[in-house]
Amino acid sequence: MIDLKNSVQSDIKTQEYFLNMGPQHPATHGVLRLILKLDGETVVGIEPDLGFIHRGIEKMCEYDTYRQIIHLTDRMDYLSSHINNEAVALAVEKALEVEVSDRIKVIRTMMDELTRIASHLLWWGVMGMDIGALTTFMYAFRDREMINEIMEETTGARLTMSYNIPGGVMFDLHPGFPKRVKEFIKHMRQVLPEYDRLLTGNIIFQKRMKGVGILKKEDALNWGATGPVARGSGLHTDIRKRFPYSAYDRVEFEEAVEEGGDNLARYQVRMREMYESLDILEQLVDNIPEGPYQMPMRNLIKLPKGEFYQRVETARGELGVFIVSDGKKNPYRVKFRSPGFSNLNALLKVGLGWKIADLVAIMSTFDFVIPDIDR
Amino acid sequence: MNYFKKIAIAIKTLLQGMSVTGHYFFPNILKRKYVITRQYPDEPPVVFERFKGEVVMWHNENNEHRCTGCQACEIACPNGSIEIIWKREPDPETGKRKKMIDKHIYHLGMCTSCSLCIQACPTNAIMWSTNFHAATYDRSTLTKVLNRPGSKLMAGVEE
Repeated sequence: MIDLKNSVQSDIKTQEYFLNMGPQHPATHGVLRLILKLDGETVVGIEPDLGFIHRGIEKMCEYDTYRQIIHLTDRMDYLSSHINNEAVALAVEKALEVEVSDRIKVIRTMMDELTRIASHLLWWGVMGMDIGALTTFMYAFRDREMINEIMEETTGARLTMSYNIPGGVMFDLHPGFPKRVKEFIKHMRQVLPEYDRLLTGNIIFQKRMKGVGILKKEDALNWGATGPVARGSGLHTDIRKRFPYSAYDRVEFEEAVEEGGDNLARYQVRMREMYESLDILEQLVDNIPEGPYQMPMRNLIKLPKGEFYQRVETARGELGVFIVSDGKKNPYRVKFRSPGFSNLNALLKVGLGWKIADLVAIMSTFDFVIPDIDR
Repeated sequence: MNYFKKIAIAIKTLLQGMSVTGHYFFPNILKRKYVITRQYPDEPPVVFERFKGEVVMWHNENNEHRCTGCQACEIACPNGSIEIIWKREPDPETGKRKKMIDKHIYHLGMCTSCSLCIQACPTNAIMWSTNFHAATYDRSTLTKVLNRPGSKLMAGVEE
C-alpha cells in the first residue's frame, strides 16, 4: 500500500511560476497589475506594475493656476475627493497666511467626515463582495446614497465635488443641510450594529480575517504605511489628532487603533472610525458658527517664493501636498504624497506566504484606490 | 465536544446574518416597505436645485443676455471648455465701436463641472442648469453655443 500522506510531501517536485493578477482582475478595484510568483497556490513573490491610469496630474498642475489645481485632485483618490481638495486649499492658505473663518473650518470638517464615512461604507460593501458576501454591497450603497444626496444638495455633485477653493468653499451650506445630516446620523446609528450582526460575527468572515495578513508594527513603520492600515498595526498615525487642521482641534474623538495587525484589526479600525466620524458630526451639526463662507482673495493668486507642505488625513491615510513656488501664478512643482502608494509597498511585504484567495482578502482590507497610486 | 460546539457557533452566526437579511426581505415582498429604488422613467427623479448639469446663459424675454464678452470665464476654465469669439460693432447710441460676443462656445464633453467659470463671471451671465439628459449619440452635439441667435447685451450691464 502506498503511503499517500508522505509521498505527496516528499516525491513530487514543484516549480515556481508567474501569474498576472490584473489589470482586469475584479478584486484589484481598478487597473493595478500584480505579477505574482507562485509555488502551487502560495504566493512567494509580488511585483506591482503601475502606470495603467497614470495621467500626469503633478505635471498638469505646473500649467494650472492655484484655483485650477483643485479640480485635478478630485480625480486622484475619488472616494475622498473633498479631503484632497482641502489639502491643496490649506496649502495655498498656509502660503498666503490667510486665516479662514470658523464657519469655513466647520463646514470643511463636516464634509470631511461625511466623505470619510462614504468611503468606508463603499469599502465595507466591496470588501464583503470580494470575500463572497454580496449582500453587504447592497446595504452599504443604500446608506451611502444618503451621503451622496447631502453632498449633491450643497455642492451640486455627488463624487467629484470641487467644493473647496483657496480661501473658503464654493457655495454656502444649503439650508436643509443640518436636518439631512441629523437624519443620516440617526440612520447610521441604527444600521452599524446591523452591519456587525450581518458580517463581523459571521464564521466564514472570521476565518478569512482573523490572523490573516499580519503587518508587523516595524514593517508598517519601515514601509511608510499610514491611515487605517498602520493603525491596525498599533501605530498612532492619525493626522487629525497629531497635527490638527480645520476644526479638528475643537472636537473630541478617539483615535481608532488596534494592535492585531491582521485583516480583522484593519477591519475593526475602519468600523470604529465610522462611529468616531458620527461623533464628530454630532458635535458640530448643532453649532455651525455664523460668518463668511469665502474669505476675500485676490483674483489671481500668486504665492510667495518658497516651499509649502500641508498634510491631511484622507480615508486611506496621510495625503501630503508639497508646493514649490517661484512667485508666479503657476506652481513650479507640485508633489502629492498619496497614501495608496505607500500602503502598496506594505502589501508587498504582507502578501508573502499566503494563498491567492487570502491575498484578495488582504488587498481589500488595504482598500486601494488605483488612481491615487498612479496619479 | 469541541467539534460540535464549533458547528453550533457557526450555525448560530449564519442564522444571525440571515435574520438581518430576512428582516428586510419579508416586509419587502409583502408590503414593499423598505424599497428605495426609483423606477426612473415612470417616476420623476429627485433633482437638487444646485445640481451641476451644464452651463447655460440666462436670457430674458427680449432675447437679451448679460454677457459682455470679458473672457473671464475662458481664462478661469482649467481645460479650455469655454471659447469666446467676439466682434466689434458700432453702438447704436454713441456710434463707438464696442467689443461684444459673437459666439460663446461651450464644450460639455470636456467640462469637469468645477464651477470656476461661474465664480469668475463679473456680471452673472452664465449659471448651472439642472438638465441631466446629456447623453447623446453624436459627440459633436456636445459642443454648444450658449448665446441664442440674434441676442444682444442687456442695457445697463457694464464690465
